[in-house]
Amino acid sequence: MAGKRTIRTIPQARTPMREQDPQARAKNFKEVACGYSVEEALREADRCLLCPDPACVPGCPVNINIPEFIRRISARDYRGAYDVIGESNLLAAVCGRVCPQESQCEGVCVVREPLEPVAIGRLERFVGDKAIAERWASTPYIEPNGLRVGIIGSGPAGMACAADMAKAGCEVTVYEAFHQPGGVLRYGIPDFRLPNEVIDAEIANLEKLGVRFECDTLVGRLFTIPQMIDEMGFDAVFIGTGAGYPQLLGIPGDSLNGVLSANELLTRCNLMRAKDFPAYDTPVPLGRSVAVIGSGNTAMDALRVCLRLGAQNVHCIYRRTRTESPARAEEIHHAEEEGIRFHWLTNPVAVLDDGHGNARGLRCVRMELGEPDDSGRRRPIPIAASEFEFECDVVVFAIGTNANPIIGQTSKLRLDRRGYIQTDENLATSMAGVYAGGDIVTGAATVIEAMGAGRKAARGMKAYLGLRDPDAAVPAGSLFGIDLRERNFARVRLVPSSR
Amino acid sequence: MTAGDGGGAGGKFEIVAREDYSDLTYMLEVRHPMMARAARPGQFVIVMSHEHGERIPLTLADFDAQKGTITLVIQAVGKTTREMQRHCQVGTRLLSLVGPMGIPSAVSKAKRVVCVGGGLGVAPVFPQARAFKQAGAYVIGVLGFRDKKLVFWEDKFRKVCDDLILCTDDGSAGMKGMVTKGIEVAMKGYRDVDEVVAIGPPVMMRACAELTRPHRIKTMVSVNPIMVDGTGMCGGCRVKVGEQIRFACVDGPDFDGHLVDFEDLMGRLRRYAADENKAMQRWTESCRMGGPGEPGARDWKALAATPPESAIDELVLPDPFDDAQGG
Ligand SMILES: Cc1cc2nc3c(=O)[nH]c(=O)nc-3n(C[C@H](O)[C@H](O)[C@H](O)COP(=O)(O)OP(=O)(O)OC[C@H]3O[C@@H](n4cnc5c(N)ncnc54)[C@H](O)[C@@H]3O)c2cc1C
Ligand SMILES: Cc1cc2nc3c(=O)[nH]c(=O)nc-3n(C[C@H](O)[C@H](O)[C@H](O)COP(=O)(O)OP(=O)(O)OC[C@H]3O[C@@H](n4cnc5c(N)ncnc54)[C@H](O)[C@@H]3O)c2cc1C
Ligand code: SF4
Ligand code: FES
Repeated sequence: MAGKRTIRTIPQARTPMREQDPQARAKNFKEVACGYSVEEALREADRCLLCPDPACVPGCPVNINIPEFIRRISARDYRGAYDVIGESNLLAAVCGRVCPQESQCEGVCVVREPLEPVAIGRLERFVGDKAIAERWASTPYIEPNGLRVGIIGSGPAGMACAADMAKAGCEVTVYEAFHQPGGVLRYGIPDFRLPNEVIDAEIANLEKLGVRFECDTLVGRLFTIPQMIDEMGFDAVFIGTGAGYPQLLGIPGDSLNGVLSANELLTRCNLMRAKDFPAYDTPVPLGRSVAVIGSGNTAMDALRVCLRLGAQNVHCIYRRTRTESPARAEEIHHAEEEGIRFHWLTNPVAVLDDGHGNARGLRCVRMELGEPDDSGRRRPIPIAASEFEFECDVVVFAIGTNANPIIGQTSKLRLDRRGYIQTDENLATSMAGVYAGGDIVTGAATVIEAMGAGRKAARGMKAYLGLRDPDAAVPAGSLFGIDLRERNFARVRLVPSSR
Repeated sequence: MTAGDGGGAGGKFEIVAREDYSDLTYMLEVRHPMMARAARPGQFVIVMSHEHGERIPLTLADFDAQKGTITLVIQAVGKTTREMQRHCQVGTRLLSLVGPMGIPSAVSKAKRVVCVGGGLGVAPVFPQARAFKQAGAYVIGVLGFRDKKLVFWEDKFRKVCDDLILCTDDGSAGMKGMVTKGIEVAMKGYRDVDEVVAIGPPVMMRACAELTRPHRIKTMVSVNPIMVDGTGMCGGCRVKVGEQIRFACVDGPDFDGHLVDFEDLMGRLRRYAADENKAMQRWTESCRMGGPGEPGARDWKALAATPPESAIDELVLPDPFDDAQGG
């Protein structure tokens, strides 16, 4: 592109992404957003001002060098763009699809009202998809250092930590309780938002780095964390077991048949393929009319899955307003297009019984926003005498999760008041050599934050194991003729020969 | 070490022995040395027999650390369990086997214990009877079957029980009547029973709990709600215990029988009845046609042919349970 880009010279309109028609897609599980073509990506890349002091980079939880990767796209150096993203984010194709960009990088982009920000997420996805299609795997030369690292949980936190430790030369094994790896990416987020092939490709990349996945392994019960260190020969352990343990509604009728957690619905549907019942054996409740309670990403996924399973009316019940809704803006928008009915400022008070132990409806109350609470959001309060009922045969709750108790039950790790694992600022737990990160430390958060935590813990583990971080700043110059910037220098610690 | 391989083709968990106790009940012994060492009474596994299958919970009916195997005793009641009855032969493999799950039964210091097993609960109560015996209790076994043809493991129980009361609905073996009758007999014979452990269908467990309630005898039951993950992630297995909602897979499966809301449990077990019937019907039909294209049948030859995972046999681990108690 000739000349310097300015807000006046760039293409003014954000390049739209082709999507499946709302009517058609509400009946299938194929991906909703089709991704950018090369031309579209180039046009959108031209909208970036390539700011020398970019606002977007600090807005990104893992500080991807955004203008640099976009500059490479403009230069048609897609591989280069992938490598730039790869310095900070190992899951480009995943994050491009599921990150809440509007509250991260795109939220602070200087291309703003009246224009729309640069579509950073879509460009990231473009690069990630290209990498999968062209099978670019960064398989660096790795010098094995003889150290062994065990990772518990194969979600984004575990995957990121595994990749970094493998690159540092460690022998890495990832243990997963389910029969397939991927964590929430696999069992929670549906195919129409994140196709399984994307997850498979990311797992395959990790395997190329030498990471081993051991599924069907419930750590804590099959073996404990102390055993991993004392007897199984692991030098360090990372815990990334996610949040799980759904919060219950706690209203009358919440154990009726037809009332289930979004996690149960989504696991049955995604991991166990209940959407293809009876070709697959696992059933899922099919409602004619479904109410989903909550308005986060999990709720959006549940709503849209129910619609695709054939429900005629799908209602979203949320006690605050759209502004407070924690879901990605794009998901709410997509859900609306597909015909989901939103009931803001509405709270359920009881699930109604049909007399045979099944749900037949929901009684709700209208809410209004009062004073701000601790979280800074205005507290919803019920409006007197505003109760009303409507019919539904399936009620799905997606109102948050609590800490999974298994690791706590089977180890002496220090937990916080709510049962999450306590760590220091380097994500080290109370047990030497044991690190933790992701939802099991912070409570339910995002993919990119979990991934960032996995990498941060990896830095801590490398320091603990006496490995030099190849990314850390190294003093320039030489010592006794050895170039101190030499990067492939991984092993520092002498490893006993018994290993 | 290998507890199984990630997602790959075929199954990893070899069936090394099988015995059919009746048309309804069969036993599978599966190789999993690590689990055999980690397993404790009262724990269970989740099994998935093939890629299209359902994850079903089954109690660890026995485990042998020396042999490196675990034992499952299964009643063929629906699609998955009947399909497994047909296809799980010695030398074939299960796609997925995860566990041991759940909190191990608390083997208390009780002196005189009645261990009750009915129907699909007979095998699951065995490890508890053995554990009580090893802890020095006087163990009275009460086993219930429909008729003589269905009786199994009588010898096995006799070895760990000081007294054994066999009940059949029609009186064709042991005494005539339900296990509740057996418990009454036991309580008359031994006036100082201080604990009852009852495992079986919810109706049976409820009847047992109601029987002991007036006597204030501690009664532990092992609930069996429908499960998906078994790791506390879906909440499908929630049960009402006293005023609380508990997840059977991570907070149980053993609970105080006097506190469990059995109405709620039974209601929730009927959740997928229509779908279960549909799956069963479809499967029976495809069996009749015997087509090779039917999903259940497709992978079994391939599964049987995959080479065994060898590393699994080598690792020797001591008891994870000691640590588990600490936290
Ligand atoms: C339905 C849904 C939709 C979401 N949508 C978005 C979105 O659009 N954008 C976004 O940024 N975030 C989204 N999130 C949140 C995001 O997925 C999570 O924050 C993130 O996956 C957390 O990663 P993690 O690695 O900490 O744990 P998880 O992804 O939860 O993975 C943990 C893994 O550990 C395994 N495990 C647990 N205990 C054990 C054990 N004892 N032994 C062995 N394995 C164990 C579990 O089976 C699981 O596979 C969504 C979450 C859900 C549930
Ligand atoms: C912790 C636990 C331990 C168990 N241990 C054993 C065991 O050792 N041996 C054994 O044979 N079974 C055991 N079960 C029950 C077993 O899991 C079910 O029989 C099995 O899931 C039925 O699957 P299916 O597809 O063959 O039948 P389906 O077609 O799913 O159901 C057929 C019938 O079985 C009933 N059913 C379905 N799921 C369950 C369930 N989870 N519990 C009880 N009844 C159910 C249904 O109501 C229906 O009437 C256990 C269940 C739990 C939760
Ligand atoms: S803030 Fe916006 S315009 Fe500036 S570099 Fe980042 S994406 Fe480009
Ligand atoms: S089986 Fe899912 S929470 Fe217990």
